[in-house]
Amino acid sequence: MITLLIFFPLLAACITAFSGRQAGWVAFGFTLIEFALSIFAFNLFEPTAGLQFLNQCEWIPSLGISYKVGVDGISLLLVLLTTFLIPLIILSSFKREYKNPALFYSLILFMQFALVGVFSALDGFLFYIFWELALIPIYLICLIWGGKERLRITLKFFIYTLTGSLLMLVAFIWLWHQTPGAHTFDIQAFYALSLTPTEQTWIFWAFFLAFAIKMPIFPFHTWQPDTYVDAPAPGTMLLSGIMLKMGIYGVIRWLIPITPGGIQEWGFTAIILSVIGIMYASVIALVQKDFKRLIAYSSIAHVGLISAGIFSLSFQGLQGGVIQMISHGINVVGLFFIAEMISQRTETREMGELGGIRVSAPQFATFFIIILLASIALPLTNGFVGEFLLINGLFSYDSVIAAIAGLTIILGAVYMLRAYQKISLGEPNNLTLQFPDLSTVEKCVLVPLVIMIFWIGIYPNTLLDVAGPSIEALQKTIENSASLTKINYIN
Amino acid sequence: MLQLAWLIPLFPLFGFLLISFGKKLFPQISSGIFATLMVFFSFVISAGVFFQLSDEPVNIHLFNWIHSGNLDIPFSFLLDHISAIMLLIVTGVGFLIHIYSIGYMKGDPGFSRFFSYMNLFIFFMLLLVMADNYVVMFVGWEGVGLCSYLLIGFWFKNTDYNNAANKAFIMNRIGDLGFLLGIILIYTTFGSTTFNVVFSSASVMSSNQGVLIAITLLLFVGAMGKSAQIPLYTWLPDAMAGPTPVSALIHAATMVTAGIYMVVRSNILYSLAPFTLNIIAIIGTATALFAAVIAMTQTDIKKVLAYSTVSQLGYMFVALGAGAYSTALFHVTTHAFFKALLFLAAGSVIHAMGGEQDINRMGGLRKKLPITFFVFLIGTIAISGLPPLAGFFSKDEILAKVWIQYKPLFIILSITSILTAFYMFRLFFLTFYGSFRGTHEQEHHLHESPPVMTFPLIILAILSAVGGFLGIPAVLGGTHLLNNYLLAFTSFPKMLIEGEPSHYFEWMMMSISVVVIAVVIILAYRKYAILQSSYSARITKMSPIAKMSFNKFYVDELYDKIISKPLYGVGRFFYKVVDIRIIDGIVNTFSRAITGSAGVLRLMQSGYVGLYIFLMVFGIIAILFFNLIIK
Repeated sequence: MITLLIFFPLLAACITAFSGRQAGWVAFGFTLIEFALSIFAFNLFEPTAGLQFLNQCEWIPSLGISYKVGVDGISLLLVLLTTFLIPLIILSSFKREYKNPALFYSLILFMQFALVGVFSALDGFLFYIFWELALIPIYLICLIWGGKERLRITLKFFIYTLTGSLLMLVAFIWLWHQTPGAHTFDIQAFYALSLTPTEQTWIFWAFFLAFAIKMPIFPFHTWQPDTYVDAPAPGTMLLSGIMLKMGIYGVIRWLIPITPGGIQEWGFTAIILSVIGIMYASVIALVQKDFKRLIAYSSIAHVGLISAGIFSLSFQGLQGGVIQMISHGINVVGLFFIAEMISQRTETREMGELGGIRVSAPQFATFFIIILLASIALPLTNGFVGEFLLINGLFSYDSVIAAIAGLTIILGAVYMLRAYQKISLGEPNNLTLQFPDLSTVEKCVLVPLVIMIFWIGIYPNTLLDVAGPSIEALQKTIENSASLTKINYIN
Repeated sequence: MLQLAWLIPLFPLFGFLLISFGKKLFPQISSGIFATLMVFFSFVISAGVFFQLSDEPVNIHLFNWIHSGNLDIPFSFLLDHISAIMLLIVTGVGFLIHIYSIGYMKGDPGFSRFFSYMNLFIFFMLLLVMADNYVVMFVGWEGVGLCSYLLIGFWFKNTDYNNAANKAFIMNRIGDLGFLLGIILIYTTFGSTTFNVVFSSASVMSSNQGVLIAITLLLFVGAMGKSAQIPLYTWLPDAMAGPTPVSALIHAATMVTAGIYMVVRSNILYSLAPFTLNIIAIIGTATALFAAVIAMTQTDIKKVLAYSTVSQLGYMFVALGAGAYSTALFHVTTHAFFKALLFLAAGSVIHAMGGEQDINRMGGLRKKLPITFFVFLIGTIAISGLPPLAGFFSKDEILAKVWIQYKPLFIILSITSILTAFYMFRLFFLTFYGSFRGTHEQEHHLHESPPVMTFPLIILAILSAVGGFLGIPAVLGGTHLLNNYLLAFTSFPKMLIEGEPSHYFEWMMMSISVVVIAVVIILAYRKYAILQSSYSARITKMSPIAKMSFNKFYVDELYDKIISKPLYGVGRFFYKVVDIRIIDGIVNTFSRAITGSAGVLRLMQSGYVGLYIFLMVFGIIAILFFNLIIK
């Protein structure tokens, strides 16, 4: 099942590459099928039954590398996020003409292949391969269809994240050496390792740097705003909506269970960095003039809260992190789509030049404010459930840190409402007076996003119940691996 | 009826959804009528609940909302005497204000939008009131904040209004963070956020424990934001940018009293934290006085009423601080009547004046607007605390309770009540007496409002007149109906206050206050009622204190200087210096260093086989040598 979900997009990518001008619709059709498949998998999935849909076969037996995939609740939700968002991202791109569309959409599908792979790989080497495979299409998308400074910015992005992933590779190879008998990259074997505190520290930092760059966490974030701003809108949505979740997912799947001792030692540092990132990025977001850059910084702040909650290792922190990954993916894609519509229609992203859009395009303004309120965590939207659980989890770790992290609730409202006011409210000017309201295709993108915003906000148990047992299992794994130290991690 | 209680919030929600999604279904004013009907249905069921509710609280479970580990938050409602009273106020006053709005908003291009927001507000307010746990209460809490934001910025083309809306939302968010942390601390302490569970486990705790103080203070921060107490009050006067019915409903009668309701709801926690009660009493007193002083000199009819609301909310908090929860709720009730009345009457004046709000440009309106004049007079007397109108009873009760607990605060509050009478009658006389000071055009258009607006005014006037009889003090030989009704829910055995002031003292207090207020009214009459020409000339020669008061003690400017400006400064510094120069600079230096060393290393790939062989041999020797040392 999962193998089908991984390789179907690859097949689709190959077909799309030769489909000429209609590539967009072809790709959209394929992603819809993929989405249907993932919903089918979701229905078959039994939350309490642990890892499911396991597929395993030997790949490079001499090195102990196997093709092993499967999902638990956490992976499945991220796979669903991927399959849900990518059709919308493709749909959202139809208004703009991209040169060489066959290549463009084929790369997006290839990206989907790699992303689903990342979220379901259960072999270290396989994970690494998918991880790097995901980088290539997004690199090309940014490089070929990006903005004016795309050469410099994408190179930096590429090298920066590649550096991180090489550290991860080193860590994997080292762990492989530690596995008993014929060495293996199998995740269970990694979980079973008992490492000394020094070893844990090294592995922790190698993984942490790799994942922290991807998320990104302060101070490894400087590639992110430039890349988000310069990338074409679908690229930005892929990066922020799904790809940064690879980093967070890496923390949950690999970093935490393998080096619980490292977290005990350095988790506090990670939380502090995350919380600094929240404050730092929020304050910077206050002074942004470019809407896309504002969303980029707000994304750093949101991710900081997710990572802080996860590193607290508390149940609510972890579960909130998972829910917020999904919610953030939905909201940030919505926001970047709003930004894209604005720049398509007005040729500018400078908020100071806009205003009064609500007069000329009331439907646009309504969707805008709903997504915006979700991103500032208003209750009954998806953002609230995640942030409430995250702050709750962080609170059980340290109440002062939770209070500081909670300031994002205030600052988020400040910069987001300011942006909304500058863009949507006030008297319309020459630029916005003729602002066309939403087209049918645009509504088709926004309506599913908004439905999910309220669904997760009002009935989050749909997701919470899927993720819950997996998080319990994760906490058990941590307890088992933590045999070196007698500290109780579970709050 | 009790089984149907879940319909109470559902009607206005339905109204909101139908009006916002089906705008075409509602020609002209029918959306307003529909929205009003929805609130009326809620009111009918609320009344049914009120009459059927026994002493036993009723729980209504809707669905499980958030389930995460041992955290379980149901979406469920609690009906007891406290929420029953609030339900009646919210739906009753809400219904009257909806009727009024049909007349007031007629002809506005956003007519339907206005009513959809109003219905959404009622929905969230009912959620807040009916919640059976803190998290659902928080949903309503933030939801009413959202509606307040939407309605303050209702005329969204105006930048000032939008700024006021943002300010309201953000200041409320500051409080909300406190509230949220308080909820989380409740959960970590008691393992639940459901009221019954929390209160029953709290009631066995000893008084003034650190965690209880922390919880109650954090919740109170939330109340400070929502109920506009120092230092988070400055949003409320600015919130007057919204249409006047909004000011009446949200920013006077219902939403701003949510903080008081929340404290009353949590009265067991607060009773166990006398330390917090002291702080509440002090902040309430300070707010009551401070806002009253500012109200003395304001010239915008709605601003005066807004500061008066802040001041009255201060009174309610003092009552809470004195542990007199039912008294606070009593004042919430009477205040809802007379302040809604005053705002709507002010709206009627503004309507007649073609949008003019400056009382310097009014005067002599009593002849042209007889009904408005009469109901405004009732409201003014009620808020000033003259018997037998509503404000007299509730305010006197607060003062009596404060006398037992905090004698110094009693003096300040007594002075404040004199100021209240003064600024209210100043407003009244400037508006309705003297000669008209507006333009000729305005004078020509002066008219009494249509019946759809005066009808709710008259009902509210009656309520303001008789509302006080809900709580006739024992000294006047009455029975305190409201207090008896709430007794079981607001009196906690470990509560600190004991006894009552002597009847002799109460008689004295009442008679002195009546005499002083009468004197104040005469003073105000002589100063403001016989004004003929323009009054604005006076502003230029104000005393220093009056000038400070007129400029609201420069608190907005202060906040701007010590919070907003530095925050944006830090933002710019972080962005331009730390982010671009330092952090990204280091990253770029790394890459430059690598590029640079690559440049050097590249020179070595010269193609000379001799050099390669030399390096290889050198390398082999180095490895051998290295092995030698290690072994």
